[in-house]
Amino acid sequence: MANSLSFVAARRELTASETDREPTSAQTARVKALQSAETAAAMSGRTVTFGPGEPLKLASGKSLSPLTIAYQTYGTLNADKSNAILICHALTGDQFVTDTHPVTGRAGWWSEMVGPGKSVDLDRFFVICADVVGGCMGSTGPSSINPETGVPYALEFPVITIADMVRAQAMLIDQLGIDQLFCVMGGSMGGMQVLQWAASFPTRVFSAIPIATAARHSSQNIAFHEVGRQAVMADPNWRQGRYLIEDTRPEKGLSVARMAAHITYLSEEVLHRKFGRNFQDRDAPTFSFDADFQVESYLRYQGSSFVDRFDANSYLYLTRTMDYFDLAADHEGVLANAFSGTKTRFCCVSFTSDWLFPTAGNRHIVHALNAVAANVSFVEVSSDKGHDAFLLVEPELFAAVSGFLGAAARRRGLSPAKSGI
Amino acid sequence: MSTDPETPAISDARRTDFAIIAKMVQKDSRVLDVGCGDGTLLTLLSQSHDIDGRGIEISQEGVNACVAGGLSVIQGDANTDLSTYPDQAFDYVILSQTIQATRNPDRILAQLLRIGRRAIVSFPNFGHWKVRAYLTVMGRMPVTETMPQTWFDTPNIHYCTISDFSELCKATEVEIEQAVALDVSGKELNLGKSIWWANLLGEQAVFLLKR
Repeated sequence: MANSLSFVAARRELTASETDREPTSAQTARVKALQSAETAAAMSGRTVTFGPGEPLKLASGKSLSPLTIAYQTYGTLNADKSNAILICHALTGDQFVTDTHPVTGRAGWWSEMVGPGKSVDLDRFFVICADVVGGCMGSTGPSSINPETGVPYALEFPVITIADMVRAQAMLIDQLGIDQLFCVMGGSMGGMQVLQWAASFPTRVFSAIPIATAARHSSQNIAFHEVGRQAVMADPNWRQGRYLIEDTRPEKGLSVARMAAHITYLSEEVLHRKFGRNFQDRDAPTFSFDADFQVESYLRYQGSSFVDRFDANSYLYLTRTMDYFDLAADHEGVLANAFSGTKTRFCCVSFTSDWLFPTAGNRHIVHALNAVAANVSFVEVSSDKGHDAFLLVEPELFAAVSGFLGAAARRRGLSPAKSGI
Repeated sequence: MSTDPETPAISDARRTDFAIIAKMVQKDSRVLDVGCGDGTLLTLLSQSHDIDGRGIEISQEGVNACVAGGLSVIQGDANTDLSTYPDQAFDYVILSQTIQATRNPDRILAQLLRIGRRAIVSFPNFGHWKVRAYLTVMGRMPVTETMPQTWFDTPNIHYCTISDFSELCKATEVEIEQAVALDVSGKELNLGKSIWWANLLGEQAVFLLKR
């Protein structure tokens, strides 16, 4: 396909230009890596820009214009455009679902789930994934240039909500000429978008797979996000959000935010299994604040690698979208009202060891769907890997997704054979 | 709901009632199977009756197998989760070989008929002559083909007879549209309207109920 060929070519260019660079220090390298993130996304992916005539109206009452959405597509859209699956990424995810990430060089975040012959079968379905509004991989966000000032928005960027993200995605789907999505799926913040899609555009969503998510962000989860944001803001290099303009980066703060958040994505069991109390490259404690323990070293690595690919202000804005999410509040306080009359087929999934988005919260969604007699499946997957399980190799998750999509495809009348080459 | 994963109850016996249940269900109807196990009945009804089927199952393994097989099934407990469904959402709510394992069969029956226009309930008959004989002669809790577990490890905490169940229906103003007693081989017994004989000779029973 022409698209994938141009993608490969673009990636080669990127690699070449990076090897030409001679970073004077580790910090410069990181700054450049971050700066290159947007460029890389633009080079390797697709974008669509909505001009002044088509502003994105926001829940806050403000509007955002111009609006660029960076997105990737995989597989082939069939003739009647009925096989499209929109994947909604999580807080620090992006549109690179299965192809190599342009900044990290790693495999896409859901390459185990999505691919030819996989649970989300690219021989059969056409997959779309867009960088969310407020993100930092090519879609308009706080690091984009504010047309009114000529410099990055920083904190001038309007606060956005999950519903705003979904409206922006709907603009993209309109642009692609797709009336109804065969499925909208995603985990965590992506799952929130899935629920919002089903509530905002019920007739445009044939089926929905909200995974490891909640219909409202819990007080505890808001608390964790606040710790992360305060860590970013406490970094002197954050400069009231104007770090890009003043050419600094709040790397320490963002890194600490990521470390704290990363703990919430795991479980005590998996941390113990992976690291126990093992020492890192030493046999005894050093009686210092070095990373004596493997788990410390691991977290530090998670923190420092994150700042290479993620923008600090995006992190503030995107965590805020989740905090504000309360689907019932928008429907007279009754979650079921968000789905009344829905024809969408749902498959909810939770994980036994996920304490960030526990089974109870997912079951709450299922009960609301029951209350409107919606067509809903609910699977709780046994896993000790915590919230992160939805991104990992979990055969029960894969079996549920492929079984559900297969049955939905039969109902939708999609041909089981390849949709086209 | 239905079975505790460690004590899989009435595996083969429960299937003999499926053919009778299938005869009671009309084509193209909306069906909720409470305690759907591995989804055998839902699959059967989907294929033969083109139903819009849903299931609730307590065992995670059962649910995961159902969803992987393309059925709309949720993990849940009939004792607590039926209250989340709206009134008259289904044409039929089926409770196959499960009512004797619920905490409050009377409340469950009321829920079935609130959610569904009709309920189909099947259960092993504790009034069957073999059961009576076992208890009378041995003086011990019966263990039979339809009741394979001993008293201490059975999930079936509310055994009843066909007469008991009929009485519950009468007392709670539930109309019995059809009642079928099955013999040991799962064949329909032709006993006219005699509940007395059905209660003696039926090893299990299937009731079609409405409010």
